[in-house]
Amino acid sequence: MASFTSTAVLDKIAVLATEAGEEPNPLVPHLSELVVGLVAFTLLFLFLRAKVWPVFEKAFAERTAAIEGGLAEAKREREEASALLAQYKEQLAEARNEAGRIRTEAQAQRAQIVEEARAEARVEASRITEAATAQIASERQQVVAELRREVGGLAVQLAGRIVGESLEDEARQRRTVERFLENLDGQSAVTDPATAR
Amino acid sequence: MSDRTIAAEGNGFTPPGPSDFEPPPFFTVAGLEVNKPIVVVLLASVLVALFFYAASRRIAAGNGMVPGKLQYAGESAYGFVRNSIGLETIGKEGLRFVPFLATLFFFIAVNNLFGIIPPFQLPGTSKIAIPLGLAVIVWAIYNYLGIKRAGFFGYFKAMMFPPGIPWPVYILLAPIELLSNFLVRPITLCLRLTLNMFAGHLVLVLFVLGGEYLLLEHGGIVGILAGSVAIFGSVVMTFFEAFIQLLQAYVFTLLAALYIGGALVDEH
Repeated sequence: MASFTSTAVLDKIAVLATEAGEEPNPLVPHLSELVVGLVAFTLLFLFLRAKVWPVFEKAFAERTAAIEGGLAEAKREREEASALLAQYKEQLAEARNEAGRIRTEAQAQRAQIVEEARAEARVEASRITEAATAQIASERQQVVAELRREVGGLAVQLAGRIVGESLEDEARQRRTVERFLENLDGQSAVTDPATAR
Repeated sequence: MSDRTIAAEGNGFTPPGPSDFEPPPFFTVAGLEVNKPIVVVLLASVLVALFFYAASRRIAAGNGMVPGKLQYAGESAYGFVRNSIGLETIGKEGLRFVPFLATLFFFIAVNNLFGIIPPFQLPGTSKIAIPLGLAVIVWAIYNYLGIKRAGFFGYFKAMMFPPGIPWPVYILLAPIELLSNFLVRPITLCLRLTLNMFAGHLVLVLFVLGGEYLLLEHGGIVGILAGSVAIFGSVVMTFFEAFIQLLQAYVFTLLAALYIGGALVDEH
């Protein structure tokens, strides 16, 4: 209150000086303005310091933290990705190696299988041939044996016929002999090649 | 300005003078005469407070990560003082003084800008009392910081007798430094701002009143031509004034930061 009273006094002096026809001195401060200016500035400062500036600082700090967090996250993800990439590349190379190895192995196996099959086929073929040869031989022996038996029979038959029949017909006799021989020949033709062997 | 025009009638053109800065009070409250500069100072403070308060609400509500237009404007304005005055001039310790420096800058800037905002068109800072109060606050802060850091005698010793100088120089240097710190700095701080605003306002008023007088009173082809030029000149000067007003707010705040920063470091 005291300051306001003295303010009024000072202002009166300034006004009086003006009324006396003099221009007021712009370098003389009015106490009322000084007080109002100081109070206004102080209140403004206290208000902004309490309510506004910390809020802005908070926003700056949060934004910085968010950006830094984002950068760190991005870096971490990038590292992870490159690690994964390296891993995949390694796995791919491994898979390629594996495939090559399998292919080589398969080729080797194939050659082996073919070789084995061929050997087996050869064995089988020879087995079949041997069996056939053996069968043929046994069949020939059977035939020869049968033939021998038949020739004996025939010889007995023929001898019977020759003895039984009267020797009246020389021609018939001869024919009979010839027929027998012919028969015999026909049988020899079947047996002979086997005997020749 | 209308009363001046009336005064100009009859007895020729009266150039504007210091009395233009003493408008009659609107009313008196408890012995306090409320005149235009006082209204301007109060209004400027309220506007600064409202603007920044509104700009900070979304952050306070928790979703200020992506700023809107208003928040962006507030943040940029504050960030400008914070980074290019507070941090750049004082360094890391400057963050402590950014609330003061930012308030100082916007208080001065808006008070200055009222010099071109109708219907006020009188910078609050053109009255020497306003810059004087601010300069005294700055003066008190940097001297307090200096004494707090180095002790009373240490502060004066560091100020008047900086090491690494041949002793005869001290005869010259010591009084100059003392004078500079205790008188020249606050006075120049105060006068630079006051007189820039004072002179700027005078020039604007001169252009407008002179143009008005030439057009309406003097008349004739010379009056119309010269008056038009003057009125056009007042528009140009208004833009120039806007620049000066922001620049002076910046200079005042920057110097305050320099003085505070100087009191904080060991070397003078």
